[in-house]
Formats: sequence, structure tokens, C-alpha cells
Amino acid sequence: MSPARWSLLGLVLIGVAILAIAVGTIPVPISGIWDAVRGTGDTQLTYVVRALRLPRVVMASLVGVGLGMSGAALQGTMRNPLAEPYLLGVSGGAAVGAVLAQAAGVAGGILPLAAFVGAIAAVLAAFVVAHAAGARGDPRVLLMAGVVVGAFANAAIMVILANAEPNTVRNALWWMMGSVGEATWPQIAILLGYIIVGGGVLVALGREVDVLALGEEAAAGLGLNVDTAIRRVFLVASLLAAATVAAAGLVGFVGLVVPHIARAFGLRKHRPLLFASALVGATLVVSADLLGRVLRPPAELPLGAVTALVGVPFFLAKLRRLT
Amino acid sequence: MIAFEGVTVRYPRSTADALDRVSLTTPPGAITAVVGPNGSGKSTIVRSLIRRVAPRDGRITIAGRLLSDLSGPEFARRVAVVTQREDLTFPVLVSDYVALGRFPHLGVWHAAGAVDDLAIATAMRTAGVADLAPRRVDTLSGGEWQRVRLARALAQGGDVLVLDEPTTFLDIGHEMAVFELLERLVRDGQTVLLVSHELNLVARFASHMVLLDRGRVIADGSPTDVMQADVLERVYHWPISVLADPIDGAPTLVLKRSR
Repeated sequence: MSPARWSLLGLVLIGVAILAIAVGTIPVPISGIWDAVRGTGDTQLTYVVRALRLPRVVMASLVGVGLGMSGAALQGTMRNPLAEPYLLGVSGGAAVGAVLAQAAGVAGGILPLAAFVGAIAAVLAAFVVAHAAGARGDPRVLLMAGVVVGAFANAAIMVILANAEPNTVRNALWWMMGSVGEATWPQIAILLGYIIVGGGVLVALGREVDVLALGEEAAAGLGLNVDTAIRRVFLVASLLAAATVAAAGLVGFVGLVVPHIARAFGLRKHRPLLFASALVGATLVVSADLLGRVLRPPAELPLGAVTALVGVPFFLAKLRRLT
Repeated sequence: MIAFEGVTVRYPRSTADALDRVSLTTPPGAITAVVGPNGSGKSTIVRSLIRRVAPRDGRITIAGRLLSDLSGPEFARRVAVVTQREDLTFPVLVSDYVALGRFPHLGVWHAAGAVDDLAIATAMRTAGVADLAPRRVDTLSGGEWQRVRLARALAQGGDVLVLDEPTTFLDIGHEMAVFELLERLVRDGQTVLLVSHELNLVARFASHMVLLDRGRVIADGSPTDVMQADVLERVYHWPISVLADPIDGAPTLVLKRSR
């Protein structure tokens, strides 16, 4: 991809981010954003930008980066254009892990690890269900298994939170529909850490994903230990998705849509594809969050609802081409 | 050179051995063809080379070294495998596809260098696909795709090629083109192990044939040794005559009617 196109992707993200900071119940003039960020402008605007909008936009970007990269790696590894953490049940499992941990009083940097444990449990469960359904290798079977595991996870969240102290944990809707509205800088710092590590490892594994995308036998012929490599990618992609879930709840379909948009730029090799998916993912989630705020003010649509509204038609279009 | 010595393979949940004490070697600088009916174990030979199945017994060696002692990349730098089929869910450019043949030579952060570029360019020229470089692999015809896959295998830079039914989906002209390409490669010093259903073609191009049936080696030798009508009839359960090819005298089987 040409440097011009990379800059275009970056500029679109910056543009959407500026818009998302400016637009809201209290509008912030674009010319005043920089003053507000530095704290030299109007005190009310400074508060709105620094405490509300900026963390929200940064958190939305990071969630998009994590989900986009996770989706790109999973699609390549599974050779499945419909693979993504939400539809595979990975995110649902992560949410159960995070909710359980939170109900037990765990918080902070450990929360993503609890989500990760839940995510891995969900992956294993999805593979067990898919195995029971037979037809190994049919991309639709594992997906169906993932949706079943995801539905189970949603039910589990309801059950756990029905018995929890109302003020100690976030509510079920927050987890199931996703939100970046309550983002705080410490949460952002934690997610950033996980994304730097997880994203870095995925980029390192990029060439292995290129080879895995050829299929198991061809990859084995190129000297790759296929089973180990697949497991490695799954672990890291699940960790990334789990960290986003711990920070923002379930935001579906981003991991599905984003890699396809990135591939539309002609990208096929997974290293550049992962970088582009990070940029596109950030842009998409920031836009979706903005859309959720402006569609029916003063009410806010949950982030996961907006991404689903965009993602489901897209999913259907991809599914049609697969059959 | 690849050598199987008394290799026995059994798949999980199967009651019969897919390979039963199979021994074979590939003489260097020649085409060795493994032939046999469906389910005779031909593809299992390839699968055990790429370690998708583990032998219960026997040894597989590559140039005298035990396969199990070689790392994946060490194996792939010596032996290139073209499996039976390969469908790319996300089609790539031909140039990027052939470049994947250098994967066994690259470390995680090690970018492809001049040596790799040369190997890729040479492989594409040898396989006659240099002009296809900017195409996407899903736009290729069957014959082009097969030659591109060969180019990827050649880019690995080893001296042994293993091909599992490389001409299954090709028409007779493209089929001949692939075999003549293999013949050229062998003349340039490659060793080829070929799994094929095409007995007549194999008999013309291979210098060494191995006939498998139900996991066992039934015959092993020159095409004239292996292409014996009575042996082939027993293995394929069909009346067969073996004639001499009127052009080059190679043994050629002709199928008779069943009654």
C-alpha cells in the first residue's frame, strides 16, 4: 500500500477523533479543542474535553485497535472470512471471566487476565461444540458453535449480575452491549499496555499467519509446526479481545468488518494488514461511539448496538458469498 | 534423498495400517513415482513427510539424517512439498505467494534480502510464471496455478521436490507441460518424489516406480519392472494389457473391457 493511502487511513482517524471530541450536548469548537486539552481555555470546555470526551475517544480507538487486529489474525489463521472474537464466543467468555472477577472484587490490571481465562474457556467450548457438530473445517460450523457459546455467556452474565450488589459491579447491559462512556485514564493505560504487548506479538506472528492462510498441509510443508502456530495466534488474539472486553464490554462485529475493509486497500500480507486493521478498527469504533451519541440525543445508544447495526448486514453479505 | 525404512503408519480410530512396513528411496537426480489405487497409502507418504502423521514404526531419513531430528525449517530448506490441493480463502498476489517459499529461511524479524529475491526470481523463471507475478492467484487457470505452486516450492531452494498428484485437475496438454518441467528440473539436479494416478505418464517420465496397494509396497523398480500386466490387474482389479509406447517404447497400460 502506498504511503499516501497509509496517511489517508491515519488522517481519517484523526478527523473522526476531532469530530467526536467536538460534537455533543455541549459543543466544543474545533479551534478550542487544543486549548482545552492543554487546560488553557474555558474551564467548562476543558472539563468536558479532558474528563469526558478525550478519554472516551482514546478508549474507543484502543478498543477498535484490539478488536481489528484480533479479527484480522483470526480470519487469516482460521482461513475464515467470518471469524472474529465476538462471533467465535471469545468475547462472551471474556465478559463472563471479567464479570466473575469483578463480582469477586478484582479490579485493575488483573481484570483483563480474568477475562482472558474466560475467553480461553470459551474457545475450548466452541471447539468442543464444533467437534460434536462434525464437519471439521466448515467455517460455518465453528461460527455456529461460537454463537451458541456467546449466547450461553450472555445468560451467565445475567445470572451472575442478578445476584450481585447493584453498586459494586457494572450492570448486565453495560457488559452485553459495550460502552466507552465511563472510560478513565487508568483503564486506558491498562488497555494500552495489553494492546502494545498483544498487538506486538501478533505482528511478530504475521508471517506465520501468512503461511497458515495457505492451509494446514501447505503450512506444514513450509516447515511450520501448524498446531502450535494456530494455538499461539488464538491465545494472543483472545488476549487482545479479552482486554478490550474488560475495558469496554462486548463490542461485536468490529473484528469481522475491519479486516475486510483493510483488505479492500489491496493488503494481503498479514503484517501490513494488522497495522491497517488497527487504524480502521480505531476509526470504526470512534465513529460508532459518536453515532451512538448523536442519533437520539440526549439518550446514548450502547456502542455494541451501533456496531451490531452496522455489522449484521455486512455479516449477511459475507455469509451469502460463502455459500 | 528421501529414504523410508520399514515405515508403518496407522491413523487414529483406524484398524488397518495406512502404510505397512514401507521401504523406498528416491535416487538423486531422478523422478521416483509412487503409484497405486485409491487408499493405497500414497498420500500418507506425503503426510508423514510433512509430519501430519507420525509413524508407529520405521525410520524416515532426509539425506541420511532422521526426519525427526530435523526442525521444520531445516526440513523445508531441503525438501519442498506441493500438496494435493490448496485453496486460498484470501487470495494473494502471485509474487507474494511465491515469496512465501522463503519462509523457512527467514527469522521472525529478518527481512527478505538479495539472496531471497534471487531465489524467488529464479524459481519463477524456471517454472515459467515470471509474467504472472502481478496477478492474483484466484485469477489463474488451473495450469498456471499449478506452475505457480511449483515456483513456490522451487523458491524454497532445496534439492528435493515432493508432489502429490500435481496434474489431477489439468487437461492433457497442461499435464504434459508439468511433466516436462519436472524432467527439466531433474536434469538440473533436483530429486523428485511424485505421487500420481497417471501410470502411463509416470512410466514415460520416471526412472523409478513404487507400486503401493493397501499400504504395502507391491513392486519397486524401473517402469518396465513395475508395469507388469498381471501385477497391475491384481492391484487395480481390472483387466489390463501393457504395450510398448509407439513413440518412446515406454511401457503403456491399456484398459480392457471387464467382459
